[in-house]
Amino acid sequence: MQPYEKHNSVAAVMNRSNVDTDQIIAKQFLKKVERTGFGIHLFHDWRYLEDGSDNPEFELNRPEFKGAKILIAGDNFGCGSSREHAPWSIADYGFNTIISTSYADIFFSNCFKNGILPIKVDAKTLQALMDEVEAEPGISITIDLENQVINTPAGNEITFDVDPFRKETLSKGLDDIGWTLKFEDKIDEFEVKHKQQLPWLWPSA
Amino acid sequence: MKKTMYEKIWDAHVVHEPKGSASILFVDRHLMHEVTSPQAFEGLRIANRPVRNPHSILATMDHCVPTKAADRVSLPDPIGKKQIEVMAQNCADNSINLYDMNNANNGVIHIVVPEHGFVHPGMVVCCGDSHTATHGAFGALAFGIGTSEVEHIMATQTIQQQKSKTMLVKVDGELSEFATAKDIVLAIIGKIGTAGGTGYVIEFAGSAIEALSMEGRMTVCNMAIEGGARAGLIAPDQKTYDFLKGKEFAPQGEYWEQAVAYWESLTTDEGAEYDAVVELAAADIAPQITWGTSPEQVLPVDQAIPDPAQIEDSIKSLAAKSALNYMGLEAGKKMTDFPVDVVFVGSCTNGRIEDFRAAAEMTKGKKVAQGVQAIAVPGSYPVKEQAEKEGLDKIFIDAGWEWREPGCSMCLAMNGDYLQPEQRCASTSNRNFEGRQGKGGRTHLVSPAMAAAAAVEGKFVDLRNWK
Ligand code: SF4
Repeated sequence: MQPYEKHNSVAAVMNRSNVDTDQIIAKQFLKKVERTGFGIHLFHDWRYLEDGSDNPEFELNRPEFKGAKILIAGDNFGCGSSREHAPWSIADYGFNTIISTSYADIFFSNCFKNGILPIKVDAKTLQALMDEVEAEPGISITIDLENQVINTPAGNEITFDVDPFRKETLSKGLDDIGWTLKFEDKIDEFEVKHKQQLPWLWPSA
Repeated sequence: MKKTMYEKIWDAHVVHEPKGSASILFVDRHLMHEVTSPQAFEGLRIANRPVRNPHSILATMDHCVPTKAADRVSLPDPIGKKQIEVMAQNCADNSINLYDMNNANNGVIHIVVPEHGFVHPGMVVCCGDSHTATHGAFGALAFGIGTSEVEHIMATQTIQQQKSKTMLVKVDGELSEFATAKDIVLAIIGKIGTAGGTGYVIEFAGSAIEALSMEGRMTVCNMAIEGGARAGLIAPDQKTYDFLKGKEFAPQGEYWEQAVAYWESLTTDEGAEYDAVVELAAADIAPQITWGTSPEQVLPVDQAIPDPAQIEDSIKSLAAKSALNYMGLEAGKKMTDFPVDVVFVGSCTNGRIEDFRAAAEMTKGKKVAQGVQAIAVPGSYPVKEQAEKEGLDKIFIDAGWEWREPGCSMCLAMNGDYLQPEQRCASTSNRNFEGRQGKGGRTHLVSPAMAAAAAVEGKFVDLRNWK
């Protein structure tokens, strides 16, 4: 995973609540055998018209939001199933940050597993952020994970909370596997002891 | 300190407990199927990480394999076919033991694994599938995981876990004649609700649980997840050891006695405390049937469908209303007032030999009712073979059933077996969610005997007054 670094990026606004995993990535795309390439299917039913062309009415198709890395969205983002296809498609599309008031539990932790920072802010702050972007669509805002702060061009400074363990893995680009492998010697040690105690554990090759 | 079985297994697997984060737990067995694993293998390839211990993995193909013999050759669904091919390649590339579609051991992962003694008491077992809890029947801590975790285990042989609370569900006494393991677990879910077990690992105990066969115990643990629990556990006993002894992956020779001694040390200490205790009397458990779109929406077959207006909890009342609407049912009526269109016997909940014996018993000398489609899908090739040895296939076929090849089939309807909108199905599977068995399909969870009787009558029956 890429280390999550301080960045100044275009923020897109999606003023909808309860965006669920079926809307994020529709069922028909789940049978893929790759983890990559889900970005073009993100928000499929909203994003494309019947004939497959872009739906000009859909927020993310607005030219000002092109290349956005930050998604500002309504309450309870990512509810529904536990499928990891949802964060995969969001990351593959190019987002690395989501700002909302709340998230579904599993989706929230799946984001960190996939290099996405989901930031929680209160309802008033969210509204102010949305208003600022709507007033001048296409503006870039700064996300500083290290100092846990968001800076907007209008001079708003918003601090946010993040679990220290998740902050570390995200900012170092350690995926969960990378983090666990820091303790590889402990795993090796345990395995030797475990197999001595339970010699019948693994069938031989 | 006195410990529960869960705590003993947990303690025996803690690799490291870093401050301020989840524990790192060692994983003994990793079970795999074609749907939740491909992206995990891809992740390993991208990061250039090897599979740490291929011997800890057993893989099968079950979710999207066709259950009609001819379709198994032609594989009409190109995307399912791709998943099957990728699975074969991934397993070959990483020296993983795979029982592919044409292997004599093939079948649903949770049926196949016990058939070969791959899981022992006291193990930590993971699989990218929520019904992994099945293996708790052997006194193993077994739970479902997501695709990132599948990859994590392949790379590290561990999983990051928070410790669960413990719940004891005690079922004492004797079951009545027509109540089965399935009815026990449905009654438990009816009592605690689908979120009742959230945050807990459940240990099932009591004389009614001890009296169950290993097959029955697997049925109970299988559905622990539908009660919201992380896992279900049953203490190993002589039945467990007899079941395992001599199986391919069971401890062999001099190790057998050592293993049994270790397993016996795992059971909950006398006087150990649980965070919650639930008790049921086996004698009170009638044959169960779900009426709604959640496993907790269940009732004894002779009782009236609840009226949402009478349900106090407003969220539950609303859920009941929408469930009745989706299911095309009326409050106040009984489930025995409703006809069935399809009958499905199979899945990792009820796809073992005992289940087909029970269904055949109800079918013997009778015919499937006009207009009903009844399909029997053995959980594995060994189950199929055994059933055929006992002549059960003939009983089903003579009565008008379809006798299929093994797979998950209509449990989740990903393989081409599915309900049409508004078709009503008596199903021995484990989930009755909207659309689970096909868009608009209506699922009623029951035991194999209840399902088979419904096939004969063309409607649900109360086995207790059915000849
Ligand atoms: S039979 Fe159903 S519940 Fe069991 S593994 Fe297959 S799909 Fe999952």
